[in-house]
Amino acid sequence: MSEKVLMKGNEAIAEAAIRAGCRHYFGYPITPQTEVAAYMAKVMPKIGGTFLQAESEIAAINMVYGVASCGLRVMTSSSSPGISLKGEGLSYLAGADLPALVVNVQRGGPGLGGIQPSQSDYFQATRGGGHGDYHMIVLAPASVQEMAELTVRGFELADKYRMTAMILADGTMGQMMEPVSLDFNVAPVPEKPWATTGTKMAREHNIINSLYLKPDELERGNFARYEKYAEVEANEARYEEYLTDDADIIIAAFGIAARVSRNAVNEARKQGIKVGLIRPITLWPFPKAPFKMAADHAKAFISVELSMGQMIEDVKLATECRVPVTLCNRAGGMIPSPAEVLAAIKKISEGGND
Amino acid sequence: MEYKRLTLLCGHYGTGKTNVAVNMALDLKRKWDNTAIADLDIVNPYFRTKDSEMELRESGIRFICSEYANSNLDIPALPQDIYTITDDRSMKVILDIGGDDRGAYVLGRIAPAIKEENDFDMLMVVNAYRPLTRDAASTVEVMREIETACGIPFTGIVNNSNLGVETTAQDVLKTVPYADGISKLTGLPVVLTTAETSVAEILCGKIENLFPLKLQKKII
Repeated sequence: MSEKVLMKGNEAIAEAAIRAGCRHYFGYPITPQTEVAAYMAKVMPKIGGTFLQAESEIAAINMVYGVASCGLRVMTSSSSPGISLKGEGLSYLAGADLPALVVNVQRGGPGLGGIQPSQSDYFQATRGGGHGDYHMIVLAPASVQEMAELTVRGFELADKYRMTAMILADGTMGQMMEPVSLDFNVAPVPEKPWATTGTKMAREHNIINSLYLKPDELERGNFARYEKYAEVEANEARYEEYLTDDADIIIAAFGIAARVSRNAVNEARKQGIKVGLIRPITLWPFPKAPFKMAADHAKAFISVELSMGQMIEDVKLATECRVPVTLCNRAGGMIPSPAEVLAAIKKISEGGND
Repeated sequence: MEYKRLTLLCGHYGTGKTNVAVNMALDLKRKWDNTAIADLDIVNPYFRTKDSEMELRESGIRFICSEYANSNLDIPALPQDIYTITDDRSMKVILDIGGDDRGAYVLGRIAPAIKEENDFDMLMVVNAYRPLTRDAASTVEVMREIETACGIPFTGIVNNSNLGVETTAQDVLKTVPYADGISKLTGLPVVLTTAETSVAEILCGKIENLFPLKLQKKII
């Protein structure tokens, strides 16, 4: 095993992106993701890459569109309000079927909100973020190691499906420091025959575009895109299960909420309560299968979130509302403590024994 | 460690300066009654000495810090009582400075008074496990950038090499040649090598000038 280094989650994203072959980064500083940009600013000039601090988030996402059109690995990063600004560009990327990586290190909202961690952009990320019918592949890391590994995975999935992949992290994931091994495999970048790389008078022009003058043509594109999405849903859902086999109560949590919940699960197990955890790693596609299966034996689900309850809707859909799903949450930059999650578990557990 | 009137802690972003600063302040307080800690970080709104405010205040250490640290107001604010650091010469102060040259710019306004009084240690906190300062040469590059930004020359090195809570005694021992390498390149002494208290017990007698650290932040 290679030697580990000590990194912030944000730095791990930047370093992993570089190792994945990303040589173009466009961004605009915003807490709590600024270290992604700062790291890129330090390293990119030394390796012949481009770091560009754009005049705005909107400019940055359109620069991403440009580089992605040329078939190169490219990324931008921001935090919640900045991602909202990128919304139009995200929709254009989807409409033009361009692969790119977008990082959202979420902070409390709505509005300018605050700089403390949050998961309240779940709807925005999993339902597209911009206008029109589309999806992004959404990855939710729960450690600094995963911040690095899912960044590489994000580039690979984006290229494979010609989609935008989003890393949906939160302020704690971005700011926390953990030992990380950077010794991971990066698959070769696939050929991109669709890219605008110059015809060299040897082929027809490639056109990158999201404007269609004929509605039936636009409709055909949408249907084709959703066939691709069905393929992504069938093949790319990822999750981690913890002590779910015999569980009466199942916690659903991702990112930092999953780490807190895991501590609560361990404590509850010590007290004899059969509780387990399903941690979605992809939020879109949502890992429906483990939830559906767990609903066969579990009596209740608890969705633990740093929001007013967003993923809970997907948990209800995946369990087909066969068992009750309750919410254990903090919002606005606050993090639920293991004790709060344990209390939610006990409440359900005691209620179930009535 | 013998403390000068001012101990300035600078270094690359994320090397653990704040943790060292808080531990040093507690150590200094045992040796010198009129002790203060000054948080002059204008780079990072998180992981500030403010996290240890209660413990510091309860120990009788004066706490000089922007009132906006750890709040949602994300602006590079300085404490309103910043000039006490240079004006009150009966007080010994540990200064926790923000990372890299960007963090060190803050010293510009008090650098003339610090140099005029000339009773300071300017310490470079280093961590061999940080990806951008993994060798002596890259670390010295950051040192030069910091000196250029603040106009104060370094006087020593604090080897704070660690991998967070996973750090073993072996991990610390492996970094001794790294710190010596910086020392050789700069001609400055390694004044301290830090290790978390339980790791420091294992290292006792194996490393000179060992400084046991209590970790301030607990990772979830």
